[in-house]
Amino acid sequence: MMPAPDHWLVVPIVLPMLAAALLLLVERIRPAWQAPVSLAATVALAALAFRLVALADTDRIGVYLLGNWQAPFGIVLVLDRLAALMLSLTAVIALASLAAALRLAGRGPHFHAFFQLQLAGLNGAFLTGDVFNLFVFFEVLLIASYALLLHHAAGRTLRVGLHYVVINLIGASLFLIAASLLYGVAGTLNFADLAIKLPALPDWDAGLARAAALLLLVVFGIKAALLPLGFWLPATYGATSGPVAALFAIMTKVGIYAIVRVSFTVFGGSDSWLAGWGQPALFALGLLTIAFGAMGALATKRLIALVSYLVLISSGTLIAASTLGQAALGGALYYLVHTTLAVASLFLIAHAIADQRGPRTDRFGSGPQLVQPTLLGLLFLIGAIAAAGLPPLSGFVGKVLMLQGSGQAPFAAWFWAGVLGSGLLATFALARAGGSVFWKTQGEAVGLPMPIGDRTALAVLAIAGLFWIAGAGSAARYTSATAQQLAQPRVYANAVLGYAPVPPEAASAP
Amino acid sequence: MTEWFYASAIGVFTACGVWLVMRARTFDVVLGLAIFSYAVNMFIFVMGRLSYGAPAILSPGAPATLAHYADPLPQALVLTAIVISFAMTALVLALALKGRFVNGGDACDAEDETIVEELPR
Repeated sequence: MMPAPDHWLVVPIVLPMLAAALLLLVERIRPAWQAPVSLAATVALAALAFRLVALADTDRIGVYLLGNWQAPFGIVLVLDRLAALMLSLTAVIALASLAAALRLAGRGPHFHAFFQLQLAGLNGAFLTGDVFNLFVFFEVLLIASYALLLHHAAGRTLRVGLHYVVINLIGASLFLIAASLLYGVAGTLNFADLAIKLPALPDWDAGLARAAALLLLVVFGIKAALLPLGFWLPATYGATSGPVAALFAIMTKVGIYAIVRVSFTVFGGSDSWLAGWGQPALFALGLLTIAFGAMGALATKRLIALVSYLVLISSGTLIAASTLGQAALGGALYYLVHTTLAVASLFLIAHAIADQRGPRTDRFGSGPQLVQPTLLGLLFLIGAIAAAGLPPLSGFVGKVLMLQGSGQAPFAAWFWAGVLGSGLLATFALARAGGSVFWKTQGEAVGLPMPIGDRTALAVLAIAGLFWIAGAGSAARYTSATAQQLAQPRVYANAVLGYAPVPPEAASAP
Repeated sequence: MTEWFYASAIGVFTACGVWLVMRARTFDVVLGLAIFSYAVNMFIFVMGRLSYGAPAILSPGAPATLAHYADPLPQALVLTAIVISFAMTALVLALALKGRFVNGGDACDAEDETIVEELPR
């Protein structure tokens, strides 16, 4: 008796797409229903994501064959521990961002539809099992992100948006070159099939495959804002609205996800000449990104740009840690969830502060008295502790796990210096920012109190963060099991390629 | 000979595209992206190997061996890539046009304000 295919795997992509289509209709007929419909779809998505985590936690790799075609020939969705983790993180960030965005959505057309399409693209990128569909879902999430970035935008934002679009289009072209090069040498684009076929390539083709691998790293480096490719990030994140910046906290993690997926699942076979390919370069660039982010955080004169530089630091840390072996990778995945939540909350808090400072906005220096100095001050303190990775929050646990895990690696000392040094510098920068924003005040309060949507969003993020620290034991067990699963690309490949389609008689039965 | 011409064409398109993309005016950048995407599409297509008069789907006349058919997958991939790059070019053009009217010029270098030239509205 064949087990029935698990249709839940495709729902994280289909549900937001249907919701987006429905929302376009609702926008026309009943504009007031947009927010409830969008919220309902996102809540359902979150519930589904948590169910999928429970499914992945059984160590079974879920496979879904679209159109019932056998794996290397058709399109395949794969749910392993890493994909499930990223799906639920996306859903949590989306819930918070949507709660905060409800008051902004009416300022321009189609906000909710774009938001749901963004979620469809993100979920698809995490679930897909082949290189070309990774490209397609990247484009889906990018085109939605262009629209969200430029939603009710004008002036400088437009120009920054153009930069973001152009650099991502160049990234897309390079992605296509890399993908077709891989197809040209291996004759397949399926992750699992590539993992089997690449190690067996003759020398000449192996050189081309190496070039493709490095091109892929360049493309994902653009997404993850790795050092020479990440200069677009502070300007872009600084130019958009708070809720969208909070949602974009997950966008650099897509790049990191793709780097991890490709380095381990595709190129990671232990007997393969590709194993460890590009890892030293990634390690060095990760450390340089940390240094650049820390210097930028110290140098900047705006609060929101400071948070953007913290994103760069966390990107560099995660990429460097992912190259330092299985234990460090497990720690990095734990830290990834924490840092995404922390940065998303800090973006919301920074925008709330900017909203209460009148024309001074988020620039440092004396500005008007804040309307809610105590509330915002406390929130900023908690957010800063989280982002700098200080105890007692989960960032500290994540850093300890990464540092412990990196113990045996040859260049671990550099990593320790990078992580601890950037934590110190980030603490300085945040303390200076807090002092400047909260204590150097002159004049009467001019702004409005923090909207209820932003408070709800921060509550969602805080609950997720509390769960991540209170359940740190089981969370760390999950991420370390994820790293272990990633270190066994053969298991992944066998699960995908060995998954039999539904036989025709069963498929045609009513 | 065809291979030589094909490869040279990809090279020329890539060089033109990269050069144009690195200029500091939106129009040139958009043009460069379009030309670069031609090079990419040709590259994807040729990754299924060049073949002459070979059908991509099973046809009654030809024997059912790989030697008698063109690889259909790159053709499908290149169609997807063309559609996506087409849509993206349209988006960049819309952005560039709006930026030209809002910012009063089509310079796209955010830092150097001196090269912003006022265009007639």
